[in-house]
Amino acid sequence: MFAAENGLKGDPRLQAISEAIRVLPHFPKPGIMFQDITTLLLDHKTFKDTVDIFVDRYRNMDISVVAGVEARGFLFGPSIALALGAKFVPLRKPGKLPGEVISEAYALEYGTDCLEMHIGAIQPGERALVIDDVVATGGTLSAAIRLLERVGGEVVECACVIGLPETKGNCRLNGKPLYILVEPRQIDNCC
Amino acid sequence: MSPSSATNRKRNVNSFACVFVEFILFLIHLSPGVTSSTSPTSVRQCRRRFDVFTVTSESLSKLRNCPHSPALHGSDSAQRPSMTSENGQDPRIARISSAIRVIPNFPKPGIMFQDITTLLLDTRAFRDTVDLFVERYRGKDISVVAGIEARGFIFGPPIALAIRAKFVPMRKPKKLPGEVISEEYSLEYGTDKMEMHVGAVQAGERVLVIDDLIATGGTLCAAIKLIERVGAHVVECACVIELPELKGRDRLAEKPLFVLVNAA
Repeated sequence: MFAAENGLKGDPRLQAISEAIRVLPHFPKPGIMFQDITTLLLDHKTFKDTVDIFVDRYRNMDISVVAGVEARGFLFGPSIALALGAKFVPLRKPGKLPGEVISEAYALEYGTDCLEMHIGAIQPGERALVIDDVVATGGTLSAAIRLLERVGGEVVECACVIGLPETKGNCRLNGKPLYILVEPRQIDNCC
Repeated sequence: MSPSSATNRKRNVNSFACVFVEFILFLIHLSPGVTSSTSPTSVRQCRRRFDVFTVTSESLSKLRNCPHSPALHGSDSAQRPSMTSENGQDPRIARISSAIRVIPNFPKPGIMFQDITTLLLDTRAFRDTVDLFVERYRGKDISVVAGIEARGFIFGPPIALAIRAKFVPMRKPKKLPGEVISEEYSLEYGTDKMEMHVGAVQAGERVLVIDDLIATGGTLCAAIKLIERVGAHVVECACVIELPELKGRDRLAEKPLFVLVNAA
């Protein structure tokens, strides 16, 4: 579900967030309009507003874990975790986390990839939020949900700054609610 | 490690303190950013790492009390004269240090990997880690926090938000879209590259570079070069952990380095 339809209709912060995101055509390959959140991070007020919107939403939901998907989920997740008094759990590409991990494979356009989480990071029954910068098909977030549920965690919601058209208006992933701040800005195709 | 051997080791360090002061004065005369801590070579165990740091802090405490010692307030490690525990160390450091997990033989045999993910699971210690950096850098006119992929992305943004600075990610090749500048740096075998967006940092800006750990200093050095290439000024590099035996601090030349924990 989009924030604008869920209590934040007309909130000027959402417009500022949308405008702070740079759109780059044909990256990483032709036909892709890349949503670049690095420009959002250069705008202190808007970056703070992004974090605050998520924190305000989740403050009273008894969330004890914020799981961030490598690497751009790391840019938002820890600030949210700190404000909520929750743990931050990084979900990483294979081979990055030391020690004992569990893995979950997910589909790419061509082939598969894998997401890993530390064993023992989450206790059964903990309420978790999953965060990433962008959701497209939802493959990565679905893998994240599966990882958390395998160790008995309860995924309360998945949260993303941007939701691409591939989400097809789905407001749930693996049965879990999906909360998105903005959709991609329409820009003139200059190339 | 037995309590009596720990006490003996602490006594030995204390008895060398004043000779140590002279050595430090000599080094400071050569270069302002040099470390003032030494740690004995030791078997690498998680508990031992914390004990080594305690010994180090006692040495520093003696230095401050020695009549010839210069003011070393927070110049390279986290000490706050206004609110210190008995051994001169900020009381939050102990918890931060013990929250870091050491994993032997990762990513390859012989490496003792300093795993900060356990720190992130301790909400108070994680909060304290960020606070220690924020307290140091707030009000210092720093407009950019540059965080090194990927664990620098965990600590950098909360600090940037708290001190009202921009956050700039320093990334591996081909991750940043749009126009970038690149800096190559050496690995043990071969080289790697670090990239930064053109236009993210302006000439004259004051920048803090952050990463979870400094080892050889190669990555931090590449980040410093990128920032200086666009005419900005690196005020300091900040890491949660330093591996002092790898002498990364020296590789940063004259750039100051601030760390919370020394790992043996």
